Amino acid sequence: MIRLERLSRTYKTLTAVDSVSLEIPSNTIYGIIGKSGAGKSTLVRLISLLEKPDSGEVWYGSDRVDSLAFDDLIARRRRIGMIFQNFNLFSSRTAAGNIAYPLEISGVQKKEITGRVEELLAIVGLEGRGDAPISTLSGGQKQRVAIARALAVQPDILFCDEATSALDPQTTRSILELLKKLQREMNLSIVMITHQMEVVRDACDFVAVLDNGKVVEQGAVTDIFANPQTAVTRDFLSHLNPMDGLRDAAPAAKSAAAESAGATAAGDLVRWSKEGGAYTLRFRGNLTGEPVLSRLSRLFNIEFNIRAGGVQDVHGTAVGTLIVDLVGEGDEVRKALAHLEAEGIIVEENK
Amino acid sequence: MNNFDAFVSLVGNATVETLVMVALSTVFSLALGFPLGIVLCVTDPAGIAPKPVLNQVISRIVNVLRSFPFIILMILLFPLSRIIVGTSIGTVATIVPLSIAAAPFVARIIESALKEVDPGVVQAARAMGSRNSQIIFKVMLPEALPALVSGVTLTVINLIGYSAMAGAIGGGGLGDLAIRYGYQRFRSDIMIAAVVIILILVEAIQFVGTRLSNRLIARR
Repeated sequence: MIRLERLSRTYKTLTAVDSVSLEIPSNTIYGIIGKSGAGKSTLVRLISLLEKPDSGEVWYGSDRVDSLAFDDLIARRRRIGMIFQNFNLFSSRTAAGNIAYPLEISGVQKKEITGRVEELLAIVGLEGRGDAPISTLSGGQKQRVAIARALAVQPDILFCDEATSALDPQTTRSILELLKKLQREMNLSIVMITHQMEVVRDACDFVAVLDNGKVVEQGAVTDIFANPQTAVTRDFLSHLNPMDGLRDAAPAAKSAAAESAGATAAGDLVRWSKEGGAYTLRFRGNLTGEPVLSRLSRLFNIEFNIRAGGVQDVHGTAVGTLIVDLVGEGDEVRKALAHLEAEGIIVEENK
Repeated sequence: MNNFDAFVSLVGNATVETLVMVALSTVFSLALGFPLGIVLCVTDPAGIAPKPVLNQVISRIVNVLRSFPFIILMILLFPLSRIIVGTSIGTVATIVPLSIAAAPFVARIIESALKEVDPGVVQAARAMGSRNSQIIFKVMLPEALPALVSGVTLTVINLIGYSAMAGAIGGGGLGDLAIRYGYQRFRSDIMIAAVVIILILVEAIQFVGTRLSNRLIARR
C-alpha cells in the first residue's frame, strides 16, 4: 500500500500539490485524474521519488520513502517501474537494449540479462523484435518496450504518467488490456496518471480526482461514475461518450442506437432534444434494467420527458445517466424525486 | 635537387607538420574540453547535479578563453609552453596554445550536444535508479553521439584554421608556408598549393565526420 500524508510541493508561488493525503491499496490499478495544471505530474513525481515534497510524507507499506538517503533512494527507485506519455526510450539502443538497461545498471550478469530480455519481450507481445531500432517501432510497440523495460527489475509498483495520451483509441485499449493483465499476473500496484476518463473507466479500480493541487474526490470507480460529488468530476464524466462503453458488449446495438439517436461527434450523452433537462438521474447495476420512469409516472401524478441518456459499462457494472424534465402538479415532482432517491437513484438538479 | 623536388619537400613537410599539430592538439583539446563540457552540462541549474556556483565559475573561464584572439593567446602562453614542452617555438610548442585555445570551444560544443538529449529520457533513467555517472556514460553520451561526432569534426576543422596562424611563432605547417614563401617571397605556386591542401583537408574531414554522424543516426 502507498500512503500519502498531507503532501505539498510549491514552485515559487505556485502550489502544485496542496496537502494531498491518499491511500493507494496494493494489487489494484489506481487512477489519478486531473486537467492539465491540476498538479498530477508533480504528484506522480513526488510519489515516484523523483522529487522531494516540501512537506508531508510518502509511505510504501511500512517504509517512509520521502526522505531517503541517496543510496537508499537509488536502491528504492530500482524497484519502481515507470512509463511515460512520450515513452522516453533510449534511441541509441535497440528494443532489447532498452529493456536490458535497468538490469545493467543494477549489476545483473550479461548472460542472465539476455534470457530475461527475451522473456520480457514475450510478455509484452514483441517476440523476435529485440533487434529493432526504436525509431522503427509504432507508438503502441514503443509503449510495450517501455512497459517491458519498467518491469525488467520486477517492481512492486508501476507508475504510468499519461501512458496512453499519445496513442490512438485502439492502441490505448490494447495497452490498457496489457496493463490489466500484467497487474493480475504479477501482483503489481499500478498508479495511473491521466486526464482521460476513458482510461479510468476502462482500467482503474479506484480513482482520485485532482483539482488545483487538491484531491477533491476519491473512491471506487463504479461509485464515482454512479455518484459524482463534485463539479470537476461531473465535468470529466460529461466528456465521456457513453456509447464507448457499449462497444465491446454490443457493437451492433451501438451503431444502431447511435444512428437512430443522431449521436454527433460532440460525444456527450446521446441527446434527443436540445432543450430542457432539469434533472440528471444516475443509476447503476440492476436499476439500469428497471422501468423506473414509467413506474414513477404511474405512482405519482407526473409526466416525464427524456432529453438525453446513456449507459456505460464500468468494469462490468452498468452505469446509466438520464437527463429528464419532470412536470407535475403541486408537490408531486418533489415527492417523485424523493421516491427516486429512496430507490437508490442519484438525482441532481441542473441549473 | 631540382625545383620540383624542392617544392614537393617544402609542401610535404608543411603538410605533415600541420597534420601533427592538428592531430595532437585535437587529442589534447578533447582531453581538456570533454570533461569540462560534461561538467558544464551536469552542473547547470537544469542539469542532473545542479551546482550553480561551480557552473558559473567554469562558464566564465571558458568565455574569457574563448574571447581571446588566438594570436594573442599564443604569445601569452609562451611561458606555459616552455614549462610543458621545454620551448616556446616550433611545431611541438604550438600544440600547447592550440589545445588551450580549442579546449573551451570543445567544452561548449560537448555541453550543447549533451543538452540536446531529451530530458524525458534522462528523467526515465533517473526514475529507474541510475546513478549520475550511469546517466552520463550509459545514457547521455550514447544518446548524444551523432551530435558529439559533428562537434569533434567542427573542432578539427577549427584547429586547421588556428594552426595556420601558428607560423607566427615559428610553428611551421601549411599556413606558415603560405605566408613565408607564398606571400613574402612571391611564390604563388606554393601559396596555391598550401591553400588547396588545406581545402582538401577540411573537405575530407567534414566528409568523414558527416558520414559517420549520419551513419549513427541511420542505425537508430
